[in-house]
Amino acid sequence: MGSETEFGIHAPTSPGANATYLSSQVIAAYARLTRSASRAETGWDYTDETPLRDARGWSVARSQAHPDQLTDAEPVLTAEAVALAHGPAEIELDGDQEPALMNLVLGNGARLYVDHAHPEYSSPEVTNPRDALLWDVAGDAVALATVRALAGDEARGPINLYKNNTDGKGASYGSHENYLVPRSVPFSDLVRGLTPFFVSRQLVCGSGRVGLGQDGKGPGYQISQRADYFEAEVGLETTMRRPIINTRDEPHAVADKYRRLHVIIGDANVSHVANYLKFGTTALVLSLIEAGRAPQVEVHEPVSAMHRLSHDTSLGEKVRLLDGRQVTGLELQWMYFEAAAKLAADSGVASADGGDGHTAEVLGRWERALTDLGGDRDAAAGYVEWLAKLRVLEGYRSRDGLVWGDARLGLVDIQWSDVRPERGIALRLAARGSLETMVDPGSVAAAVTEPPPDTRAWFRGTSIKRFPGSVVSASWDSVVFAAPGSYRLQRVPTREPLRGTKALTQGLFDEHARIEDFLAALLGERRT
Amino acid sequence: MAGQEQKSTQPRGEDEAVEVDVPAPAAPEASAQDTASTQGVDDLLDEIDNVLETNAEEFVRGFVQKGGQ
Repeated sequence: MGSETEFGIHAPTSPGANATYLSSQVIAAYARLTRSASRAETGWDYTDETPLRDARGWSVARSQAHPDQLTDAEPVLTAEAVALAHGPAEIELDGDQEPALMNLVLGNGARLYVDHAHPEYSSPEVTNPRDALLWDVAGDAVALATVRALAGDEARGPINLYKNNTDGKGASYGSHENYLVPRSVPFSDLVRGLTPFFVSRQLVCGSGRVGLGQDGKGPGYQISQRADYFEAEVGLETTMRRPIINTRDEPHAVADKYRRLHVIIGDANVSHVANYLKFGTTALVLSLIEAGRAPQVEVHEPVSAMHRLSHDTSLGEKVRLLDGRQVTGLELQWMYFEAAAKLAADSGVASADGGDGHTAEVLGRWERALTDLGGDRDAAAGYVEWLAKLRVLEGYRSRDGLVWGDARLGLVDIQWSDVRPERGIALRLAARGSLETMVDPGSVAAAVTEPPPDTRAWFRGTSIKRFPGSVVSASWDSVVFAAPGSYRLQRVPTREPLRGTKALTQGLFDEHARIEDFLAALLGERRT
Repeated sequence: MAGQEQKSTQPRGEDEAVEVDVPAPAAPEASAQDTASTQGVDDLLDEIDNVLETNAEEFVRGFVQKGGQ
């Protein structure tokens, strides 16, 4: 599994600046930092991208696709966009302008790049929800490092980053999750099993939003940042007509063995527990679907049900099931929890000895969240992100008599997710112990530079760090080497996500200090 | 791009000050725990007051994003 986080980007002293250009400056700033710190990064290999392939068995013609869907080519920043970067006709481009850098692969195996008009951090592949949380938080540290590096720029002024999903005026940008699923699981089973879960998952891991409706003009507060931006049940798009179940079939892996389930309904989380549960509970539900044991529920009109559940912070709202039952979002979540707990008990995967070391913790934290949300909301506010934010907003409302349209509440909503610990309200809460944390700063710092050891991300990140001048590009399923003195590029496919681990490749890195020897040994081994 | 259509049928604007049904996060019955919890929120707000951007109106208006995925 893995995460993708698009950050909101704001240059307070350059209103009107081109967002794509600003984003490229963030990427460039991180490249300068990694080079000066002798860490490493490299470009992106687009060869295996297939953004128009649909999991339902067809492809969209390139001529029919919206330009936003063409994520398989390097975005081009036009001279006009660069000129607009500092506000209309404000300055001339000077000669030492940084080149527009759009893409980096980092030494920890992550990708940092410009996605449309936002800087995006895509975490390296991991095998469990704890690592998903850790390498996602590492992305927040990467974002913070760029904000710090750009803070002293006198010409342009600072660029600040926000781990949220909307500007409250109509624009939304995502934080996606990816899960590797066996290709043998019919896609229709995924749709049926996941839809009721996704409709209600926001109660546990929504990050909260001031304002109702896509433009945020309806006064009030809702559970999810993203819910109002969803308009379809199933579909290929991610930037318009957003669907609850996304069908992009771009496996980034052995295609007849796996599919990559691309989940786009999630909120960006600063709360560690919410973020952890987002990955952990979804992985358990995927296990239920694979085992044919997902709860047999179908929600009537799931898109509107998701909106209604998001808008009801009392959690009393009910949705209609196709069998006629009316259930609350919490009841839906309990159905999934109970099925997952039963499956875990039957398979022994959550047992103290012989378990996988993760399922028991996910089940425990999930059960606690559902129990607290149904009763002790004060306790839930210590880790459920939308409740923690609501608590602060309600504090302002009662202390200062603010109504929901007040700009200060809108400010709290945005500043909640500022990546700077001294400014970000959620991070302030965490620092004073009011928002539970699950990973410590030391582990996060390590995850900024170290790839996870148990996936192909290890091979990618370690290659980049060990041979910084010789890795010309990389992607999820490839690393492209150029040995010094050789005109020939050597593309090493890494289609199998569970190969290229530390256990499998550390010896090769240890034995061969020279890139030529390393490649010879690696390719020789692969040929046999 | 998302959001160009005006879909909201909710009343809008600060003047109307429409309250929606959002219960306070604290438990309804008064108790020592409630007082401690309220005190905690007050301390928290005092701390946040010191780090909030100075001009809320301008900041919120200026926080404009392009759509993304």
